[in-house]
Amino acid sequence: MFHLALKMLVGDRAKFTMLLGGLFFAALLMTQQCAIFIGLLSWTTSHLSNIRAKVWVVEAKVEQVNELKPLRDTDVSRVRSIPGVAWAVPLYVGILQARLNDGNFKPILCVGLDSASLVGRPATILSGRLEDIRLPNSVIIDDLALQRLKIPGTPPLKVGDTFEINDREARIVAICKSDRAFYGYPYVFTTYDQALQFAPLQRKMLSAVLVEPSQGHTPQETADLINASLTGLHAWPEDKFLWDTIFWYFKNTGIPISFGTTILLGLIVGVAISGQTFYSFVLENLRNLGALKAMGASDLKLASMLLCQVMTVGFLGYGLGMGAAAAFGAVAAQRGNPPFLLPWQLVVGVLALILLICLASATLAIIKVRRIEPAIVFRG
Amino acid sequence: MNPAVALQVHQITKGFGKGTARTLALKGADLTGQLGELQLIVGPSGCGKTTLLSIIAGTLVPDSGSVTVLGHDLTQMRQGRITDFRRRHIGFIFQQFNLIPTLNLIENASVPLLLNGLSRAKAERAAQAMLDIVGLAQRGKSYPRELSGGQQQRVAIARAMVHNPSLIICDEPTSALDRDTGHQVMELLQAVARKPDRAVVVVTHDPRVYAFADRIAEMEDGRVLSNQPAVPGQLNLVNG
Repeated sequence: MFHLALKMLVGDRAKFTMLLGGLFFAALLMTQQCAIFIGLLSWTTSHLSNIRAKVWVVEAKVEQVNELKPLRDTDVSRVRSIPGVAWAVPLYVGILQARLNDGNFKPILCVGLDSASLVGRPATILSGRLEDIRLPNSVIIDDLALQRLKIPGTPPLKVGDTFEINDREARIVAICKSDRAFYGYPYVFTTYDQALQFAPLQRKMLSAVLVEPSQGHTPQETADLINASLTGLHAWPEDKFLWDTIFWYFKNTGIPISFGTTILLGLIVGVAISGQTFYSFVLENLRNLGALKAMGASDLKLASMLLCQVMTVGFLGYGLGMGAAAAFGAVAAQRGNPPFLLPWQLVVGVLALILLICLASATLAIIKVRRIEPAIVFRG
Repeated sequence: MNPAVALQVHQITKGFGKGTARTLALKGADLTGQLGELQLIVGPSGCGKTTLLSIIAGTLVPDSGSVTVLGHDLTQMRQGRITDFRRRHIGFIFQQFNLIPTLNLIENASVPLLLNGLSRAKAERAAQAMLDIVGLAQRGKSYPRELSGGQQQRVAIARAMVHNPSLIICDEPTSALDRDTGHQVMELLQAVARKPDRAVVVVTHDPRVYAFADRIAEMEDGRVLSNQPAVPGQLNLVNG
């Protein structure tokens, strides 16, 4: 009977298109908005994903990774003295102004790495050599900087090109790949000592201390030991820093409400259009369903036919919506904007929501069908 | 029960509505019908014909009385078993045909077989064979909207007979048809009823079809006034 159920569904072209459209838009809206939201959240934690340290030690009042407050250089030694710390290295992170050769200024995110270990170095070098970062006035720029620091009408930046940071020459020795930062500025990596020369002089210049737990200690244990021993500092295991940063944005910005509203709208559009359309599809077929019931179709059989119809259109709508969202994501990835991240949990979650919409629609219809008296077909 | 008896209805009552708005559609109706007969139930509008037909078909439960169809007492059966019984033993022909518009004729006619668990291929073969019998051999892939009213009713007859039921229930099968088409449909039903293990019960108030009846039950005001073999060429109705 299922092939007949599907034919009954597809045969009513207008309703079928409406149903499919509703579920398509619901899937597209929910996926696309969630993916942008997750992408945006991933941008808020890009320092963590680009620098990659198991424990971050920062100023005690820091709440999230994008608001690092300066520390004294001696804090690195204090951290090194704690049992449970295998090694600790300084890190500088700051927003500086890059002056291009045409005189224009562009903001950059300057990251100063420990020159000996290069802990926090970019994971992927696209061109040039990582080790050349140790040469005087050397920087590694990310792929975003290729666009942002490019002077209109000139060829793209390449290894060997120069620009200025705070009146000092910065020579590009490599180009790397990095995750985008929340502020939209490109990453420029250099050594810690070089970064202190690029940055305007302040009393305290150290942004954070990156720590490797010693053997036998988990990041959490090492962080606990640091927190118990040192005042004025706070140690975060990377995972906790990441989630606390995300929750900080949840609590302190309107981003979740804004995206949440759109996602909710997607859900409501899905429920309203699909539920209402499927219900009216059932209402219009009430006499036919009554006839089937009179001919001996059980409530269970009719319910399974309705479920087959609604689930089929649900999977189709989901597939089309997810496909369109993925196409949008591919374009976004090519342009680098807007942020778009499509984790498998989102793919599964949206499928679950679409099936939930379908189940809700089917439930309404099944209740209606259960109440049909087969004798309805004998009334004129 | 006599093996030739197809149905036996005894002192059936059925009311609709509640309180002061309650009306009794059947007030102690009695009826018997034989296998191998085409039986008409006739009477004025509102006399309870359709309600009685619905109760015989097992689609409506009476308030009191007993209904025995093909040896099964429907009033003693649970709803699920009545549904099974209808699926196996009863064929339906409706006034408005009730063909599913998005299915072609073969698919429409195969529905009872599919409901009875037959495979799609076998059901469609049997449906095609039944369409051949009702004279629509070449129209299997057509859709109901492409057919005339008479042709649609033929499909409905094919659908009603495809699973070889012992009782065929027809509700005003000719009221939506012109005289000649109605005549052809009744001839077809008459041929169907000629089998000794089958009965056809037709509710109608179309006097043109009386000539096809083997037995005519006349109803008025919720009761069966008479239930007699039809006399060819003569309408022997109490109110006739």
